[in-house]
Amino acid sequence: MEIAFYIAGTVAIVATLMVITRHNPVHALLYLNVSLLAHALLFYLLGASFAALLEIIIYAGAIMVLFIFVVMLLNLGKETAEQERKWLKAKVWVGPSLLAGILFAEFLVLVLSSEQSTYSPATVSPREVAVSLFREYLIGVELAAMLLMAAVVGAAHIGRHKRLVLHRFLKEENEREEEKHEEMVL
Amino acid sequence: MKSSVSVEVVVLLAGLLFALGIVGVIIRKNIIFMLLSVEIMLNASGLAFVAAGSRWGQPDGQVMFVFILAMAAAEVSIGLALILQIYHQHKSLDIDNLKEMNG
Amino acid sequence: MDKYLWLIPALPLAGFLILALAGNHLGRKSVATVGAGSVCLSALVTFAVGGALLSGMPENAVYTQTLWTWFEVGAFNAKITLTLDVLSLIFVFVITFIGALIHIYSTAFMEADRDYARFFASMNLFVLSMLTLVMADNLLLMYLGWEGVGLCSYLLIGFWYEQPANGTAARKAFTVTRIGDAAMAIGLFMVFQQAGTLVISDIQANASVIWQPNTTIVTVTALLLLTGGLGKSAQLPLQTWLPDAMAGPSPVSALIHAATMVTAGVYLIARMHAIFALSETARLVIAVIGAATLLLAGLTALTQYDIKRVLAYSTISQIGYMFLALGVGAWTAAVFHFMIHAFFKALLFLAAGAIIESLHHEHNMFKMGGLKDKMPVVFWTFLAGAISLAAVPLVSAGFYSKDQILWYSWAADGGSPLLWAIALSGALITAAYTTRMMILTFWGESHTPIGHQPGKRMTMPLVVLAVFSVLAGFIELPHNFGHFTLFSDFLHPVLPQTIMRENVPSEWLFQLLAALATLGGIFLGYYYYYEKPARIERLRRNGLLVGLYRFWFSGWAFDALYDSVLVKPFIFISKINKSDITDKLYTGIAAMTGEMYKLLSKTQSGSLRWYIMGLVVGAILILGIQIML
Repeated sequence: MEIAFYIAGTVAIVATLMVITRHNPVHALLYLNVSLLAHALLFYLLGASFAALLEIIIYAGAIMVLFIFVVMLLNLGKETAEQERKWLKAKVWVGPSLLAGILFAEFLVLVLSSEQSTYSPATVSPREVAVSLFREYLIGVELAAMLLMAAVVGAAHIGRHKRLVLHRFLKEENEREEEKHEEMVL
Repeated sequence: MKSSVSVEVVVLLAGLLFALGIVGVIIRKNIIFMLLSVEIMLNASGLAFVAAGSRWGQPDGQVMFVFILAMAAAEVSIGLALILQIYHQHKSLDIDNLKEMNG
Repeated sequence: MDKYLWLIPALPLAGFLILALAGNHLGRKSVATVGAGSVCLSALVTFAVGGALLSGMPENAVYTQTLWTWFEVGAFNAKITLTLDVLSLIFVFVITFIGALIHIYSTAFMEADRDYARFFASMNLFVLSMLTLVMADNLLLMYLGWEGVGLCSYLLIGFWYEQPANGTAARKAFTVTRIGDAAMAIGLFMVFQQAGTLVISDIQANASVIWQPNTTIVTVTALLLLTGGLGKSAQLPLQTWLPDAMAGPSPVSALIHAATMVTAGVYLIARMHAIFALSETARLVIAVIGAATLLLAGLTALTQYDIKRVLAYSTISQIGYMFLALGVGAWTAAVFHFMIHAFFKALLFLAAGAIIESLHHEHNMFKMGGLKDKMPVVFWTFLAGAISLAAVPLVSAGFYSKDQILWYSWAADGGSPLLWAIALSGALITAAYTTRMMILTFWGESHTPIGHQPGKRMTMPLVVLAVFSVLAGFIELPHNFGHFTLFSDFLHPVLPQTIMRENVPSEWLFQLLAALATLGGIFLGYYYYYEKPARIERLRRNGLLVGLYRFWFSGWAFDALYDSVLVKPFIFISKINKSDITDKLYTGIAAMTGEMYKLLSKTQSGSLRWYIMGLVVGAILILGIQIML
């Protein structure tokens, strides 16, 4: 079934490329979803069915939904796409792409310089993962729980709709500008 | 439904996805796209973990993936909340507008 | 009695602490009581402990008391241990007894001074340091005392600090002795490196095991220790500080720069005699330095007009005698002369101080004159000191101690006719300048009216010291005078016998020659300064003699020599290096850091994408390095 692996890999790469080049945020999100599903398939082919499930349920399901909510909240539509089109010029992306290319080339050299070996991926069942997770990595799980808790509280706090807070110097500047504005109106 | 692939190919795939993520972070000015690219990079590293775990038949790779997942969830929720705030304060999602903390 | 040993240094320490902490709040009477009383009590304790030690001889010749451990480093531990054997007993006796007399004298001498308490605090601290020096059981503690007396010397020379000259003199004394101290510290390191211990008794006992006789290493060690002694004892070539040290009050000159501190070098060499005995070169160097110093300082004393400078040069000269004695191996003779010298030189300084004070701080002998009848007590006591200094035969203590040295400088193992000849001519010169000083000060016409007579507290110590200056010599008579050797008998458990040469002429001959030299010197002084003062006028017309006079008067131009060889080049170098070349390196580093900071701060643009680029480039570099390797 190598062919399935290569197909999934190609899909993942193409979808990711699309994500980073789209102008419309919603399109990018959809491509990202495709990429994530391809990832899930890759996981499954590598014998990690539990990870594949989590990828679909949490990543493609929950996290992407969050993104979509935000995009909707901010009402990012055509204007944003226009703006993105203006921003995404060749001179912007050539340099970084070149750097990333070099990085990947180095990585390639390093990986290929070691001995190649094909193998049949061993299936690691959810049971084994669960046992490992709640025995050896128990502390990790608890820490992750704390992290999520902190994230919930933090997100709730940061996301509160506060009125505009300015530094006092900026505030004075603003007031002066407002005064000027009023004078002009008068 | 098992495939027999060389572990190098999987790792290279992960590396390529990671590099694409980096490109995404650098070339986009919109913060939402940057956050998406970060998600791509996280996924790529998760893929490398899972591949390594399956190579040795150990559950640790998947355990690490679970942790990455938890971390990504936390990061995304905070990141999106920050994006909302930034949008409210600056009326823009341009990362270059946030250069106030220059040296 | 050994459990009371700690009281001897503890009493001056207590005095120092009280005066230093609360001195300004005490009345003059209390300050005097505390300052002088502490040293007097210390002297009484010394009498008691010393008496017990001497009566317990010879079975029990050393008292030791360990107070506490100073510090421990690995196998090395330095203890605060006091030890008292006969050698240190003599020094402790001189320090506390003469110290007590000088303190009593000072209570009157310093009466009018503003900083009464500071003076006594410094004096008590000095007595404490000096006692530490001589009672120390190991060289490290001794070095503590050694530095302590240097500090007190500095404080007391510069006591009247309002006059810049006094401060300069104090700094000069401190700097010059420091040269010796540095050499001594290196010597201590060498002793420790070779012997593995700094405990004096261990070193003394094992010296012949640790060192082979006459090897380079033992000679170098001995010479380094000697250099320390030369600095403190103002011997050639480090003698230049002592005449200037006369800027301090007269009691300070008497206690520190005549009786005790300047003889620390003698003590050091006598204490470490086992090392010096192993190196013939070092002993020869000591003897030659002693001989050269006594001659040079004697000739200089002949030309001075400041009474205290005469006494200062005479001190250098007399310590030269002690070094000569140490060099030829006459250990007991050196210590004997030290004790006698402490008596008469302290007396002379105190008497000179009394004269100077009565004459409204007049130091110039040529402006004194005619004091014989006006200040009879001072005259008679000064006379007693002077005959002792001049070593007038039979009646003075100085004769017995100096005669011994003269005799040993020929007859002892390390002696030679040349050393003897120098010592003999030194005796003649000593007698000559002593007579000159006496005549100029006490005879002739009065040039300055006297203010007030010294009080009882000043004359009483003078009388006591005068008695000792005359009588103290009788505890050690020459071999042919009834062979009464109380002093050296006591010392022999600590210091070895003097080894004599074969086939020396009769001792009588030497005594006769020494007596003749003294009388000749007295006659010279008498002839030129009393009988025929006009002759001096005639001598003044001789250009060569005047040149010689100027040369001697400047102390053989040592100050000028050091000034041009050491001080001027140093000032020259520091002038060139005013902007501090070595500093450029450090300011350069600072400036470079600043520039690099500016450069790096440009990279902190606040642009997140720029930072990520940095991360990527870093990752590329790290992976690149990994590929290269």
